[in-house]
Amino acid sequence: MTTAVSRREFLKVSAAASGAFVLEFWFPAGSSAAGSADTATEVNAWMVIHPDDRVVIRIARSEMGQGSFTALAQLVAEELDCDWGKVSGEFASPNEHFRRNRIWGSMLTGGSRGIRTSQDYLRKAGASARMMLVMAAATRWGVPPSECTVQAGVITHRPSGRRLRYGEVAAAAALLPAPAEVPLKDPRDWKIAGKPVHRLDIPDKVLGKPVFGVDVSLPGMLHAAIAQCPVFGGKVAHVDASLAQSLRGVKQVVRADDFVAVVADSWWRANEAVKALKIRWDEGGNGHVDNAGIAAMLREGLEAKDLPQARKVGEVGSALAGAAKVLQAEYHSPYINHATLEPQTCTAWFRPDGFLEIWTSTQDGEASMQAAASASGLPLEKIEVHKMMLGGGFGRRGGPQDFVRQGIVIARAVPGTPVKLMWSRSEDMQHGFYRPASLVSMKAGLDAQGRLVAWHTRVACPSILQVLRPQLLAKGGIDFTAVRSFDDMPYEVPHQQVDYARRNGHVPVGFWRAPGQQNAFYRECFMDELAEAAGQDPVVFRQSLLAPDNKERRVLEAVVHAAGWGQPAAAGVFRGVALAAGFGSYTAMVAEVSVSPKGELKVHRIVVAIDSGYVVNPDTCRAQAESNVLFGLGSVLYQENNLKNGRIVETNFNNFRLPQISEMPKVETLLVPSGGFWGGHGEPAILPLAPAICNAVHAATGKRIRSLPLKHHDLRPA
Amino acid sequence: MIKLIVNGETHSVDVEPEMPLLWVLRDHLGLPGTKYGCGISQCGACTVHLDGEAVRSCTLPVSAAQGKRITTIEGLSRDGLHPVQKAWIEHEVPQCGYCQTGMIMTATALLERNPHPNDDQIDQAMTNLCRCGTYARVRKAIHALAEAGAVTPRKS
Repeated sequence: MTTAVSRREFLKVSAAASGAFVLEFWFPAGSSAAGSADTATEVNAWMVIHPDDRVVIRIARSEMGQGSFTALAQLVAEELDCDWGKVSGEFASPNEHFRRNRIWGSMLTGGSRGIRTSQDYLRKAGASARMMLVMAAATRWGVPPSECTVQAGVITHRPSGRRLRYGEVAAAAALLPAPAEVPLKDPRDWKIAGKPVHRLDIPDKVLGKPVFGVDVSLPGMLHAAIAQCPVFGGKVAHVDASLAQSLRGVKQVVRADDFVAVVADSWWRANEAVKALKIRWDEGGNGHVDNAGIAAMLREGLEAKDLPQARKVGEVGSALAGAAKVLQAEYHSPYINHATLEPQTCTAWFRPDGFLEIWTSTQDGEASMQAAASASGLPLEKIEVHKMMLGGGFGRRGGPQDFVRQGIVIARAVPGTPVKLMWSRSEDMQHGFYRPASLVSMKAGLDAQGRLVAWHTRVACPSILQVLRPQLLAKGGIDFTAVRSFDDMPYEVPHQQVDYARRNGHVPVGFWRAPGQQNAFYRECFMDELAEAAGQDPVVFRQSLLAPDNKERRVLEAVVHAAGWGQPAAAGVFRGVALAAGFGSYTAMVAEVSVSPKGELKVHRIVVAIDSGYVVNPDTCRAQAESNVLFGLGSVLYQENNLKNGRIVETNFNNFRLPQISEMPKVETLLVPSGGFWGGHGEPAILPLAPAICNAVHAATGKRIRSLPLKHHDLRPA
Repeated sequence: MIKLIVNGETHSVDVEPEMPLLWVLRDHLGLPGTKYGCGISQCGACTVHLDGEAVRSCTLPVSAAQGKRITTIEGLSRDGLHPVQKAWIEHEVPQCGYCQTGMIMTATALLERNPHPNDDQIDQAMTNLCRCGTYARVRKAIHALAEAGAVTPRKS
C-alpha cells in the first residue's frame, strides 16, 4: 500500500523532460487526460482512481500488437467492477518497479505469458481494491459492507438507497489495509472480461500518436546510425572515418569493440556517414562459414553417439526391430529473422545529474534496466527506463538487449546529450537472434494393425537457452525449446525416445514467435506419413492415438467438424490437418490449398480451433490467430536467412519477403475454452500452420514437404 | 532552403535536396507518425500523400516534393477522425500499429480514386507490408467504407 505521494512522484518520473514522449492513451469522450492528476489516488499499485471516476490501470507487460494492454486491464476492471468506459491504461514504470521491490511482478512479455501468468494477482488486485472502496463507503455511512453492492463504479447501500461513486471514496479507500482474503468471480459471471471490448490502444494508433521507440524526441537530441561487424562475433580492426566526419551534420564517430556508430543531427545524415566509413573487420575466425558449414554442423550432431535424452519411455530399439513397418524421415528448417517492422532502437541520455535515462522498445523493462546497469556501470537507482510502444516484438526485444547496450556506449561518447540509435533495415536483417536452423530425424514403427508402437526422434538444433538463458538448460544441456512437441507428444506411443544434439554455431539464435515450432512441423507432417503408411485417414489415425478426453483431440474434432473434413472441398482445393500444444493452449488446424499446374501454391482458408481454458478478449484472440497465420505463412512460403562468408546474405524486404494482403488466407477461428486452466494466444496458432499447409500440399500434389521454405520445392503435380 | 507545404502549412527547411522526404518529416519537422521500415520503397510504412496520391517518402528526394501538397497521417483529418480512421477503429484493424499509418494513407488514396474497389483492386493498391497480420481486417474495413460510400472521391 502506498499513498498519493508516490503517485505524484510516479507522474513526475513518467513525465520527466518533455511531455512529447509520455504515452497518452485514449480517454473516452467526456473525460480528459488533463486536470485532476494531482488529486488522483493510487488505490493499489495496479490502479489510480480520479475524482471523476476515471480509472487508470497500470500494465506491467509491454504492448507489441498482441493486445494484452487491453486484456490485462479487462481482468483488473472486471474484479474492480468499475465503469469500463472510464478505463485507460499506462505502462508501469520499470524504475518504480525496482524502487517498490518488483511490485508489478514480471515485466517480461513473451511466451504468450502476459495473461496466463498474471491473471491471478491482477484479478486479486481488482477484487481487493473493490473491497476497500466498498469498505470506505460503508464506513462513511456507518453500515456493514455486506449491505452494499457495486455496479459500474457506483456503490449502493441497498437498505437506504444511498450511493457513492468510486471517485468519491478512492482517497479514503487507499488508507485502508488490503483485505487478507480476496474471493474472485466465477468467470461465468464476467461482464467486462470475456467480452470483445474495443482495444484501448487502437484509437491513438490510427492517428499516428503512439510514441514508438523510434519516435522518441528530446530537446537537443542527436541521432545515431550503426555498422556492426557483419560476421557475428567479429570486431573492429581499423576505421577510417575521415570522409564520414566531413559530411554535413555529423557530430561524432563512435568506435566500439564490435561496431562503429555515427552521431549526427538527423538519422539520415548519420546513416549516410555510416555508409562513408571505411571499416576493416577482424572477422574472428568465422568468416568462412556458409550454409554448408551450418548443414555439416547439424549433420554431425544428428549422427553423434551418446546424445543426451530428453525423453525415454520403453525401449524404442527393440520395439522398432519388432515393428511390422518402419518409417524414417529427415526434416529441416532454416534460420529466420524476426524482422520487426520497427527496427531495433534505443535512446540514451547521460544526464548532467549523474542519472542515465533510457527510452526503448523492449519486451522486458526489467531486462532493459539490467542491461543498462551492466553497460553503464551505474547502479539501478541511477537508471530510468521508459518502455515505449513496440513496432512488433515476436521475441526479438526480450532476451537480447543488444540495442540497449549499444545505445549506452554511443550516448556515453556525448555526455549530457540524448542520442537516439536506430538500426537500418539491413543492420536489423543481418544482426538478429534468429529462429534456429534445425535438422531432425524421426523413425517410427507400426504394428500389423497399423498402430503406432515406437517413435525415435533425434534433434540437432542450436540452443536458444545457451545464448540467452543458460541457467535454464536442463540436465545434460537439454534445451526444452529444441525438443518441444517431441518430449511432450500427446499421442499414445508405448516406446519413445528423444535425443538432443546441442550444436550452436556462431549465428546467434533467439526466441522467435513460438520457439521450437519447427518441431510441430516435423512431427505433424511425419504423422501424416505414418497415417498413409497405416492406410488411414490423417484425422482418424490421430484420433486413434489420443484418449477421448485429451484436449488436443477435442480441438482436433472441433476443427475438422467446422472445416468440413471428409466432405468434398471446392474443385482443385485440398485439405491438410495438424494439431499442437504449447504456451498453455491446445490448437488444431485445417488448411485448404490449391496448386496450379505451374506449381503455384495458394492458401485459401485456415480453420483453427484453440482451447486456452479461458478467453479474456475474444476479438483480440481472433486477431492473434490471424496474426499467427500471417506471420507463419511468410516462414512457410519464403523466409530464410542464408549464410555466406560468415554473414547473413539477406539485407531487406526485397530479398527477405513478407507476404502481402493478396496472400492472406481466410482465417476462421474457433475459440473453444474448456475452463480450468489459463493458456496463451500470442503463439499457439502458429504451431500447426506449417504442417497443416504442407499436409495439404501433399494432398494436392502427392509430394512430401520435408524442408521449408516452400519456394525451394517444385510443386508441379508429378 | 527548400519550401514544403505539409498538412496545409508552409515550411522552409535547410536540408540536402537528396534527403528523402521521410527524414525531413520525422527529424526536421517533428512529424513522427510517418514511419521508417525499409528505406527502399518495399514496405510502405512511410506512405504520405503528394497532391493526393500515395507515395513512399523513404525514397522520394525532398526536392521532388517542393511545391506539392504533402499530407501526413497527422494532417489526414482537420477535425475529428477521417472516415478511414473511424473504420480502422470500428474493425479493430491495428495490432502493433507501426505499419498502420502508412496503410491508412494508402487506403485513403485508393478510396478517393476508386470509392468502390473490388478485391483485386485492393490487392493491387494495398501493397503495404504488415508483419502482425492485419490484412483481413484491412480488407474488411475498406469494403465497409466502400459500401457506406464513406470516402468522397477526389476530383482529378
